[in-house]
Amino acid sequence: MTTETAGTAADLVAALPPSPAVWCSGLRKRYGRRTAVDDVSFTMQRGEVLGLLGPNGAGKTSVIKMLLGLVRPDAGEVMLLGRPARDPRARTGVGYLPELFRYQPWLTAAEVLALHVRLARVRVPADEQHDCLALVGLAARADDRVGGFSKGMQQRLGLAVALVARPELVVLDEPTSALDPLGRVDVRDLVLALKARGVSVLLNSHLIGEVERVCDRVLILDDGRVAASGTLDELLGQQEVRLHLTGVDARAAARLGRGISRTGDWFTVAVPPDDGGAAVPDLVRDLVGLGVRVHAVEPGRISLEERLLGILRHDAGAGDLDGGS
Amino acid sequence: MTALTVAGLTLREASRRRVIWALVVLTAALLGLSAWGFAKLAGLETSQGTLTSGESRLVASLVLNLVMFGMSLIAALGTAFLAGPTLAGEIESGMALAVLARPVRRPSVLLGKWLGLVVFGCGYVAVAGVAQFLIVRATVGYWPPSPVAGLALLAGQTVVLLTLALLLSSVVSTMASGIVAVGLFGATWVAGVVGGVGEALGNDGVARVGTVSRILLPTDGLWRGAMHAFQDPTALAQFGFERSGSPFLSEAPLTGVYLAWAAVWVAMVWGLTALSFRRRDV
Repeated sequence: MTTETAGTAADLVAALPPSPAVWCSGLRKRYGRRTAVDDVSFTMQRGEVLGLLGPNGAGKTSVIKMLLGLVRPDAGEVMLLGRPARDPRARTGVGYLPELFRYQPWLTAAEVLALHVRLARVRVPADEQHDCLALVGLAARADDRVGGFSKGMQQRLGLAVALVARPELVVLDEPTSALDPLGRVDVRDLVLALKARGVSVLLNSHLIGEVERVCDRVLILDDGRVAASGTLDELLGQQEVRLHLTGVDARAAARLGRGISRTGDWFTVAVPPDDGGAAVPDLVRDLVGLGVRVHAVEPGRISLEERLLGILRHDAGAGDLDGGS
Repeated sequence: MTALTVAGLTLREASRRRVIWALVVLTAALLGLSAWGFAKLAGLETSQGTLTSGESRLVASLVLNLVMFGMSLIAALGTAFLAGPTLAGEIESGMALAVLARPVRRPSVLLGKWLGLVVFGCGYVAVAGVAQFLIVRATVGYWPPSPVAGLALLAGQTVVLLTLALLLSSVVSTMASGIVAVGLFGATWVAGVVGGVGEALGNDGVARVGTVSRILLPTDGLWRGAMHAFQDPTALAQFGFERSGSPFLSEAPLTGVYLAWAAVWVAMVWGLTALSFRRRDV
């Protein structure tokens, strides 16, 4: 009877959805008088690739360091792979490539990987460690001291370090900052391969194109706060129309609304994704009614870069998006 | 487990960095010079004729303590400059990031670094010290009365200083921690000499300078205990050198209470370092 009960309980637990790869709530950090991170909360599901975007000093690296226990948050909680981050074991399944990277210059590349495997307390055979170096293009340099490596090679080694202990969550902080265009493509392929294996990836990158290509979801930080977050479809699914107009007076400008951009007589207006197809005809009808001459109406799709700039330039642009996740 | 991995890493770092070559060269120079000096001492003739055996044992004690002081200085400099970069340097350069993001507890990482440095420092003291004793025995036939206790105290002095350097390195920059640690070591030694002069002159106020400094930083106290173990007590008594105030002769052995205090001091400073390192943002 007891065995049967235990079996049922185990089945119930097994049937539970896996805990998120990352869950954090109310993260806050001040450095002196400056607030670097202010009430950041988000969840990252298993197998998801989440892009972290934002201008310099937005608090992206501070958030990452707080998730990994490298920086103590002033407030807030973090769970990694189902464990509270206070417990170092929460980081067993985590691989991390820091933004500011340097590896023990007196060790060889192979020794650096062996060190990290030991620290992670995971048994990884030497062959597999070597494969990891081969994956980042360092197989031929396995026995060379890291002190002689270029910055790009050290970054490749950092990627191998992040991947060597069979992680379930990989955190990459500016993984392509020191890499040439070929290296960037390699990193993109690497992230896509991780995604295909169901590994969660948190990617902080300045290269918006990179994020747009590989990420399922994007979190935009500005001034230490979450300015917007959502799937790429949610962020970019929104269409825009370009209108060639003349005779736009104050009333017509008010009808066009905030968040428009204007180049000469061309106006670009964002259209909400749930408009039901009526927003553009209604807008044209109203403009004509206001005496505006409509020369052309062209559809367009916003790129992530434009969306990011729109959000950062006036936070009002984020009003229609999930403002806190 | 983490501590042992990090201890191994620290030892490997010590053995692969230039610090070890600097230590080897300095030690070889000191041993070579002392071999030459002791060889001259063996047949020394003074204005009053050749030295008696008692006199030569006294001089050998004095010179051995002087040379061992040089060695303790090398050990102090070496370990302080190894301990400095190990925390502050790794945090400054970003080397600590990837290591501390592993499932490790920071006190374990600190313990590993400390153990690695302790093994390195004690190993150095043992090897260089024994080499020096052999040179003295071969040249003037002198063998210190308690060589093992003396070397243990010298190793203790190294442990005290590297623990201090680790604490400094968890709060200030690499260079500053090395310089401050060596500076404090020197200041305590000078305070010890001043205290010795005060004792010889019977001035309690001046003597207290040495006592207080020996309690604040036990390097000089342990060094005086080590000297006492290296010198020949009968030769000192014969020539009335017990209360000379000489910086290279020690009047009394260390008390158990002082040794216990030195151990408590190391534990306290280590605890403070662990606390500071645990709270440090990297």
